[in-house]
Amino acid sequence: MKIYLDYAATTPIDKDVKKEMLPFLTEKFGNPSSLHDFGQEALLAIDDAREKVADFLNAESREVVFTSSATEANNLAILGTLEKGDHAITSSFEHKAVLEPFKKSGNDVDYIPVYKNGIVKTEDAFKKIKENTKLISIMYVNSEVGTIQPIKEIGEGIKKLNKNRKNKIVFHTDASQAANYLSCDVNELNVDLLTLSGHKIYGPKGAGVLFVREGIKLSPIFYGASQERGLSSGTENVPAIVGLGSAILNIKKNDIKETRRLRDKLIDSVLNNIVGAKLNGDREKRIPNNVNISFNGVEGESLMIALNREGVAVSTGSACASHSLSPSYVLLALGLSHEEAHSSLRITLGRMTTEKEIDYFLEKLPTIVYKLRKISGR
Amino acid sequence: MNNYYTEETMERFLNPKHIGNMDDANGIGEVGNPRCGDQMKVYIKVEKGKIKKASFQTLGCVAAIATSDAICEMIIGKTIDEALKITEKEMIERLKKLPPVKIHCSSLAIEGLKKAIDDYKKR
Repeated sequence: MKIYLDYAATTPIDKDVKKEMLPFLTEKFGNPSSLHDFGQEALLAIDDAREKVADFLNAESREVVFTSSATEANNLAILGTLEKGDHAITSSFEHKAVLEPFKKSGNDVDYIPVYKNGIVKTEDAFKKIKENTKLISIMYVNSEVGTIQPIKEIGEGIKKLNKNRKNKIVFHTDASQAANYLSCDVNELNVDLLTLSGHKIYGPKGAGVLFVREGIKLSPIFYGASQERGLSSGTENVPAIVGLGSAILNIKKNDIKETRRLRDKLIDSVLNNIVGAKLNGDREKRIPNNVNISFNGVEGESLMIALNREGVAVSTGSACASHSLSPSYVLLALGLSHEEAHSSLRITLGRMTTEKEIDYFLEKLPTIVYKLRKISGR
Repeated sequence: MNNYYTEETMERFLNPKHIGNMDDANGIGEVGNPRCGDQMKVYIKVEKGKIKKASFQTLGCVAAIATSDAICEMIIGKTIDEALKITEKEMIERLKKLPPVKIHCSSLAIEGLKKAIDDYKKR
């Protein structure tokens, strides 16, 4: 039995999405910049995908920029917005694809804290605003604990503030982990820039989106033949973009209620049956597919590898999964001790997850935890 | 398909033979810290200069558990001086190989053994 419970890492391509992509790998191979039929066919397909994305975001097609990944979109949002002397605000538990470009920017950046529940406070962000604040970037949903951030509230606040500001603040959110389950209506959220990822929504890897609100000025972060209005030069990855468009349209296939039911069953069972198990992050204000639990007396990588031996794929916040010795900075930012962070497991459900799979996981997990606790003597 | 750990490492991780607290141990070495994630306790029972028994308790990753088990196996029957000569390389050979980021686990096991022997000598 092979069970995938790591849908926050990546998702398989939906079969309808794949069907739409395939012709663009073979016969419809044209370069969208070419004026002949081959090229124009590809260009039309990109425009069609752009419209689908725009509909999903309640935006205009011209506000949708396709990128090679969510990482590129985040880099473009940050490095493309900030100029020398600008101040920026973000949170301490953003994805690396946000933290690293901020670090690289050399700009003055304030990092607002996150609390035990895995959620930032709007007022913390507003307290940090200065005369020269140019950009605020807060993720919509955290990838490790699945907690939902108050994007709408922050967006509204910035909108009000901007009315009386000479230096308007640009508001960016990385919605990569949110798109499957939450509204990404950019007008409801009051965001100026929003990132999406293809492979988190049952679409292909190699395609991302940056929504850029009309009037927001961005500089390119690399240069070439000016594809995507000059904001993402390089020949478009047509099959992946077509796939992303199709995946967006298929988001409605997510059975949110059923995912939540199975997720809640999993959380309840683990917390009731394994002594010392502790849920990380707010239980309610999290996307319906995310579970993040610490198990005292075991180390996350051991747990993950032992589960993998039983055919179950999950992920861990333990350092051992990475190249550093320090465990997940996200869990540390939530106030977990090193030991708690090292002992964490992230289990993320998806569209294909069945009750049988959850039952199998719930049958295997306690024995493994018990065994590892015996080894650790804790 | 998973080549991250060798079968030798996995076998020790899944079925360690030397786990547990030892009531009559006359040397105990404790190494590691909660920050790095691996915490290891090595117990030895020395009789007439030879290590008669060895066991471990490890809170740690697959490599930490496997190396703990390997070091116990390697020292049983050896004199203290022989045990002290065990190198990182010899330990890793028992597991065929370790991923580069896990090499520090083998040094942790050797450090644990040294501490256990130090403890024995002090008693």
